[in-house]
Amino acid sequence: MMKLPPIAAAALAAALSAAPLAAEERPTLTVYAYDSFVSDWGPGPAVEKAFEAECGCDLRFVAAGDGAALLGRLKLEGARTEADVALGLDTNLTAEAAESGLFAPHGIAAKVDLPGGWDDPLFLPYDYGWFAFVYDSTRLPEPPADFEALANAENLRIVIQDPRSSTPGLGLLMWVKHVYGERAGDYWRRLAPRIVTVTKGWSEAYGMFLEGEADMALSYTTSPAYHLIAEGDASKKAAIFPEGHYMQVEVAGKLAASDQPELADRFLRFMLSDKFQSIIPTTNWMYPVAAPAQGLPQGFETLPRPARSLLFPPEQARALRDAAVDEWLDALSR
Amino acid sequence: MTRFRADTAAALAGGLASWAALAAVLALSFGSAGMALLHGWGALEGGAPAWRASDTRALEFTLRQAALSALISTAAAVPLARALARRRFWGRDAAIALLGAPFLLPTIVAILGVVAVWGRSGLVADAAAALGLPRPDIYGLPGVLLAHVFFNLPLATRIFLQGYAAIPAERWRLAEQLGLEGRALFARMDWPMLRESAPGAFALIFLVCVTSFAVALALGGGPRATTLELAIYQALRFDFDLARAALLALAQLGLCMALAALTLALSRARPPEPGLRARIVRRDGRGRAARATDAAALIAAGLFLGLPLGAALARGAAGLAALPAQAWPAAGRSLMVALGSATLCMALALGLATLALRLERRPWAARAVEAAGLSALAAPPFVMGMGLFLALRPLTDPFALALPITAAINAAMALPFALGLILPALRRARAEYGPLADQLGLRGLARLRAATWPALRRPLGLAAGLAAALAAGDLGVIALFAPADGPTLPLLVQRLMAGYRWDAAAGASLLLLALSFGLFLAFDLAARSLSPRAARRRGRGRGLGWRPGWRLGRGRRP
Repeated sequence: MMKLPPIAAAALAAALSAAPLAAEERPTLTVYAYDSFVSDWGPGPAVEKAFEAECGCDLRFVAAGDGAALLGRLKLEGARTEADVALGLDTNLTAEAAESGLFAPHGIAAKVDLPGGWDDPLFLPYDYGWFAFVYDSTRLPEPPADFEALANAENLRIVIQDPRSSTPGLGLLMWVKHVYGERAGDYWRRLAPRIVTVTKGWSEAYGMFLEGEADMALSYTTSPAYHLIAEGDASKKAAIFPEGHYMQVEVAGKLAASDQPELADRFLRFMLSDKFQSIIPTTNWMYPVAAPAQGLPQGFETLPRPARSLLFPPEQARALRDAAVDEWLDALSR
Repeated sequence: MTRFRADTAAALAGGLASWAALAAVLALSFGSAGMALLHGWGALEGGAPAWRASDTRALEFTLRQAALSALISTAAAVPLARALARRRFWGRDAAIALLGAPFLLPTIVAILGVVAVWGRSGLVADAAAALGLPRPDIYGLPGVLLAHVFFNLPLATRIFLQGYAAIPAERWRLAEQLGLEGRALFARMDWPMLRESAPGAFALIFLVCVTSFAVALALGGGPRATTLELAIYQALRFDFDLARAALLALAQLGLCMALAALTLALSRARPPEPGLRARIVRRDGRGRAARATDAAALIAAGLFLGLPLGAALARGAAGLAALPAQAWPAAGRSLMVALGSATLCMALALGLATLALRLERRPWAARAVEAAGLSALAAPPFVMGMGLFLALRPLTDPFALALPITAAINAAMALPFALGLILPALRRARAEYGPLADQLGLRGLARLRAATWPALRRPLGLAAGLAAALAAGDLGVIALFAPADGPTLPLLVQRLMAGYRWDAAAGASLLLLALSFGLFLAFDLAARSLSPRAARRRGRGRGLGWRPGWRLGRGRRP
């Protein structure tokens, strides 16, 4: 081990003994979130500043991979977790999260503006979006009009994500299941010739699309908003299908093992307030669940909204998942 | 008498350290998987995890693509290494140095680079379309092989160049005097070197490709290209089934170790030949056919490796203007991980190498130690991470140790490369100077300085550089243990992409490549200048091997 000079050792000891004192003055709220939420250009920094301004506490975000990895870490840590709040699960994960027994009821009568409404004792939504195929209108002037046209477009090539390793990948799996039900396997077989490749995560797929390797990539209806607002590029569009679009609803919940339950409740209420919600659109590139007082940022009004929103209830999503993955594997492995 | 006793104690301590290194490596690979298994087993509700039919398919694909990737990379490296070994041309040193680059590219950058050349809208397809030919479709096994050969052909080439450098100059002179040319020369000089180095190179590349996951999937065109690594990841991510993930990891580990040991057994070690370490001068291959073959090998490899690399560099250069301020502290964190990993990796490699040498009289035991050194490469990093997490949790907060854990796992993963460089060097040092040192009664530090260090210095520098560079680029372990105070550079690249900031991500990737590559070259340079005699030796050092490219034009044929 490294030997410390006496002065440094003394300083270290002083620092260590001083730390708990400081912590006692300001309680710390630990929030586990997915990586891109916490990153400098995600909502994390602004949310931290806004909440700390009113809570008299120290808000600590901990980055824990993506939503699925976050739940895995909570399960691994069990009751000994430091987390007070977990933020960033979606409805494909909440059934499993609820079953883990790690979460406590939030007790908040939420009034959220969400297609299909919301009613869940453990989890509260903070944003949502629709999955969609994104294309470049300069390269693809006439995108397919619906799922059937997508499968039948001879020269069209799309890139999607693997449902076993990616959230949007799983979203598409559920989307197709919702639209085609029993005939989902048949649809995947017909779609297979259009699929350039399947990637591990969203980044690889979207990167390949931007490089021109595919005409369309599975992403979100809000993806064009980034290109429009941040880059002034209006060429990226999301194709809207009349069958409806599957939703991703992102939620947060309070851990039963939290040592700051009141602070956690306060954070969840803050999450639904205008201060938090107005940060979401241009940092997380999703729709807020409460319309911001000043309206959505300019550029969002250009985004098409699907006429129908599709979403399986969490229990059903979980029950369908494994068989749907097998169906997908079988269809694409031929 | 006291002198003797001190030596015995030192030898004993050295022996203990060697066994400790072996134990540490096995604990990281098998131990952490076992730990995950134990924990997962306790949480099992519905009986033991079953081996599924899809696992067999994944295993088949994994082995097939890894074996083919390793075979093609190794075979293609033979003409390339021979051409680089016997030709002197402008930019040769730079070309050899750049061989390190494909291996150090961040995965996603490499995927996009390969796609930019070979994809359906890439350079090759555009050229084909211009000629009226159909656009080639690489997605599937061809795509996987293209990418894996792009990564690993340079690695095999560097290993063979090391082998060429170990052939004493005297032998080349003798071969020349005997008038050996063409096939006869190849059979006498190149082939024995290949018999010694190729199995090791094959085993190494095989293991690197077994654990490929994102590359295999993206270029494999879909779920047909599912590797076992994906099944393990899925078990952890989807079902949080630690027991299943650990079982699959152990199956992969066991199988890989068996295959690696078999491959290593094929390696026929040449007895190291003492030489005066004179500068190698080669006058073979003057014929038109030989010159044409070498030129073809060099040009083909230059295009094959250079184009995707160039595409990646061009994207990065365009993004440098968008490089965010966070890139610098992130680079600092990656630098710390890199230095820690390099230090630990050298300690482990020296420990294992001395152990293998000690056991040399029992070849099987020595081989087993070598194979054990490979084990961390076949263990999925996220399973190692989980295992370490479970082992450390009763003692401390593992997430507070994100960077040290990343360094440790990466040190174990770089160990096979380090061992492959250090073990032959130690063997050669013993063969060349051992008897003389014995006669002179050199022991301990004096022996290390006079007999071992000169032979060890260069390979040690290279191994440390490689370990540092690989750790700087880690994304497997760090994704599990995101440090609280900020991301490492690869994590930053990932976050930039997730935030749609593609230009900034490309710029940060270029910075990452510069950091990895810079570390790689810096260690090499430091190893050269560590010895006071280095300056004198530089003029007549072995003219081959891993030489960096800043002394362009030197070393041309007289």
